[in-house]
Amino acid sequence: MTRQTDFKTRLRAGLWTVNPGLVQILGICPLLAVTTTLVNGLGLGIATLFVLTFSNMLVSATRHFIRPEIRIPMYVLIISSLVTCIELLFYAWFPGLGRTLGIFLPLIVTNCAIVARAEVYASKNPVGASIMDGFSMGAGFALLLCALGAFRELIGYGTIFSGFDMLFGGEPSPGIVLVDGGFLLAILPPGAFIGLALAIAAKNAIDRRRRVPHKGSTGVRVDAP
Amino acid sequence: MSNGNSKSAKKAPVWQGAFILAALAAFCTVLVAVTHSYTAPLIHANEQAYLEQSLKPVLGGIEYETELSRSVLNVPIPHELPGSEAAVIYRIYADGMPAAALFIVSARDGFSGPIKLLIGVKIDGSITAVRILLHKETPGLGDMIVSSKSDWLQQFESTSLTSPIEASWKIKRDGGEFDQLTGASVTPRAVIKAVKETLIYFDSNRDFVFSAIENVAEELE
Repeated sequence: MTRQTDFKTRLRAGLWTVNPGLVQILGICPLLAVTTTLVNGLGLGIATLFVLTFSNMLVSATRHFIRPEIRIPMYVLIISSLVTCIELLFYAWFPGLGRTLGIFLPLIVTNCAIVARAEVYASKNPVGASIMDGFSMGAGFALLLCALGAFRELIGYGTIFSGFDMLFGGEPSPGIVLVDGGFLLAILPPGAFIGLALAIAAKNAIDRRRRVPHKGSTGVRVDAP
Repeated sequence: MSNGNSKSAKKAPVWQGAFILAALAAFCTVLVAVTHSYTAPLIHANEQAYLEQSLKPVLGGIEYETELSRSVLNVPIPHELPGSEAAVIYRIYADGMPAAALFIVSARDGFSGPIKLLIGVKIDGSITAVRILLHKETPGLGDMIVSSKSDWLQQFESTSLTSPIEASWKIKRDGGEFDQLTGASVTPRAVIKAVKETLIYFDSNRDFVFSAIENVAEELE
């Protein structure tokens, strides 16, 4: 397999076939909690993407030293120090977003998606491939966060891109107001579950429709080592 | 996950695992330390800017001299201010004279959890403004107290313990002078009570507030 097709396979896996949020249903605690606006989702998505990429890189780089009996402490060390670094950088560069995401930045440590990728992929594959895998999985997770954030913000507040300034600077912005007021349920916890369920259902529906014409198209198995 | 390695790993001496872990821990510590030393000044500057920016609305246009973070007075519990945690007071001086005090206190009896308030009080005991710093009230109902969602907080401006009189520090439904919010009376009640208690505290502790030295309030009390 050439490098390019390998990257395409990884990306397809992360974004679609084994998407951490939609298929593996991992890390849904932050996923459900922070996605009240698109900007929040994007912020946590970017943070998770970075952690996942770099933790995969480090785990893969040290994979020859990893012993089965100490692998979990090693993952924990690597992931937690990366998360601490990302958290510090967030508070330095995006203080507003850091305040909004609050406890969910340090909680990236507990996102099972990250340990899962370290265990399933990075500890058995070369550095380059692991970086691609981390990036793809992170991107898949981030896109889901954005989609869910946009969905809940649109329905719940009737706006989009509110708090835009927290990521990109500038004046505090109410975002683009499409409708005045919204359907409150979408911002409350049930809205998160309903939104995620709709996303999963939509993905399954699309998969089913695609599978009918030619069978072999979903033959990309990525979990296998 | 036991793979081919596990057999050879069992044979390898234990100290090897310990050494690997220690080396990794050292590397990770360096990584965090470097990031910290790079970000520390930036984070400090951000916090300063955020503090000044969030205190500004309750300053009521008073020009202050010292850096705000230097004028801080931490009042440990137990204190007579509202809230079950340590309260924070910023003393504002203009022309060398005490001009106002900014209180960070929390209203305990909100609908869900404490409501953190920032209250600016002029030296004469009248309020410059009140802002909500932190709350967990119900979106759409109790959270209408927030200044970005309604002008409910504006009615506190230039009130004091004498105007309206102390007995009228209630919502209108309870026979007071303050507006309520549709569908939420617990939250306004809690905020009004906390503001009133702060004013009472300031009225009887004015000299202490401005004479206490930074962070040693405990010894002076």
